[in-house]
Amino acid sequence: MHLNVSNLHKQFFGPKETVVALKAVNLHVEQGEFVCVVGASGSGKSTLLRLIAGLEVPTTGQIAVDGEPVTGPGADRGMVFQDYTLYPWMTVQKNVEFGLKLQGTDKQTRKEQASYYLEMVGLAQFAQALPKQLSGGMKQRVAIARALCSRPKILLMDEPFGALDVQTKETMQQFMLDLWQRTGTSILMITHDVREAVFLSQRIYVMTVRPGTVKAEIVVELGKARTVQTRSLPRFQSYQDDVLAQLINTGAESTAS
Amino acid sequence: MTIEGATLGRALGEQQTGRKSLEPRVFWRMGEPIPRRLDGSLRIISVVLPIVLWWLLSSSGLVNPKFLPSPIDVIGAFGRLWEKGLFFDDVRASIFRVGTGFLLAAVLSVPLGIAMGAFAAVRSLLEPIIGIVRYMPAPAFIPLLIIYLGLDEAPKIALIFIGVIFFNTLMIMDAVKFVPKHLLEATYTLGGSRVQTLMQVITPYVVPNILDAFRINMAAAWNLVVVAELIAANEGLGKRIAIAQKFFRTDEIFAYLIILGVIGFLVDLTLRFVLKTTCKWAVD
Repeated sequence: MHLNVSNLHKQFFGPKETVVALKAVNLHVEQGEFVCVVGASGSGKSTLLRLIAGLEVPTTGQIAVDGEPVTGPGADRGMVFQDYTLYPWMTVQKNVEFGLKLQGTDKQTRKEQASYYLEMVGLAQFAQALPKQLSGGMKQRVAIARALCSRPKILLMDEPFGALDVQTKETMQQFMLDLWQRTGTSILMITHDVREAVFLSQRIYVMTVRPGTVKAEIVVELGKARTVQTRSLPRFQSYQDDVLAQLINTGAESTAS
Repeated sequence: MTIEGATLGRALGEQQTGRKSLEPRVFWRMGEPIPRRLDGSLRIISVVLPIVLWWLLSSSGLVNPKFLPSPIDVIGAFGRLWEKGLFFDDVRASIFRVGTGFLLAAVLSVPLGIAMGAFAAVRSLLEPIIGIVRYMPAPAFIPLLIIYLGLDEAPKIALIFIGVIFFNTLMIMDAVKFVPKHLLEATYTLGGSRVQTLMQVITPYVVPNILDAFRINMAAAWNLVVVAELIAANEGLGKRIAIAQKFFRTDEIFAYLIILGVIGFLVDLTLRFVLKTTCKWAVD
């Protein structure tokens, strides 16, 4: 898997003004990488992810997965949204199976696959529950299992833990890291939480506000196996400071202009 | 004692803090359920109290019993009608008309409403004309329907069809507009096509709203069948009311009104039961 975004521009044409959401964005994600895009609200980071998912069309520029240009949404790019997007009438099991069902996979395979991923996210015993019976963190785990069940080349995550409380969030980050190591999936995640980005990623792209563009790329060398202790390492702190410095810098620039 | 206690506590509270706080209430709670027993009692009062008042008024001698029959008279009328055997035929005739007209309207309005809600293009194409036609009162079509379709069952069924289809369509359309956009997008990113999204995501999502629309518009259908039967019919509950009026049988009119209410209520209960059993995810 190789995701390549080159010279991407996105403008929204409103009735009164044209908003430049993204300007000359370049980034890439390699096979098995966990990459985060960090930016303040209004930096166009969600738009960037939606463009990669194919839910929006770029004004100019290219997005390609394995050299094949993205022209619309597809099962090769799984997505996890910030708000809960489980199908409320389906059981957890049916939710996870749904992607395979859409692709016409037979019932038996579907069931086995879904059970495998439910087991992986630790929710096997909730297979027959309805989404409304689950907590916020559990819902997101189901959403992740659902996205993975279709075996996408890359998993796109749009602030997936944004709506969770601090404890749940940290548990989910550890969970995500473990899941990533076990599955070897490539992940591109959007967040505004610097701590989260440093903890999870191997590389971080920092985005500026209005127009949204990538300002810096920071490689996080903290190894793959990270735990609660990792967060208190001096190196963790210094990475966090690096990213914050870039972010605050961009804030100053945007107010000056 | 409890009331005294509460008052005392409140007085103390105000003395201590000097502020006015919102007192807890049982009967006047807003946005919260009330205790089960209170709920049950109020529901019984809701039905029993009007009957008692009716009975008191009719037995007070203030109103001529010719105009206001007593509940006993009405029960008697029920018995008579039952013995004559007309009752069953009338109920069946009316239910058949409502059922057929409503079913035809439902079969068309569900796909139409879903299509209009999902596709802005279909909406632009159909919403203006439906918006105009739905404001034409359905009973105003009766003369035309009689000219076109005669006096048989067809015009009555057509009347109910006209009276139901437009509202049903628009209500379903509105429900589809409220399907969360992210739910559709999640489906696309799982590899879903537009047809799959329409059939397997949008449609199941609005089933509870469709059943609700049915419940509301069923009342309209039930209204219209009586209107149609008052004008021209050989049998049916509306027809029977018209005949009772000719013979000044207010007790029979009351009996038929009660029957109309009870059947409507039963249909409503059935639809609510269907909603509860098939859409567990959507109830409470």
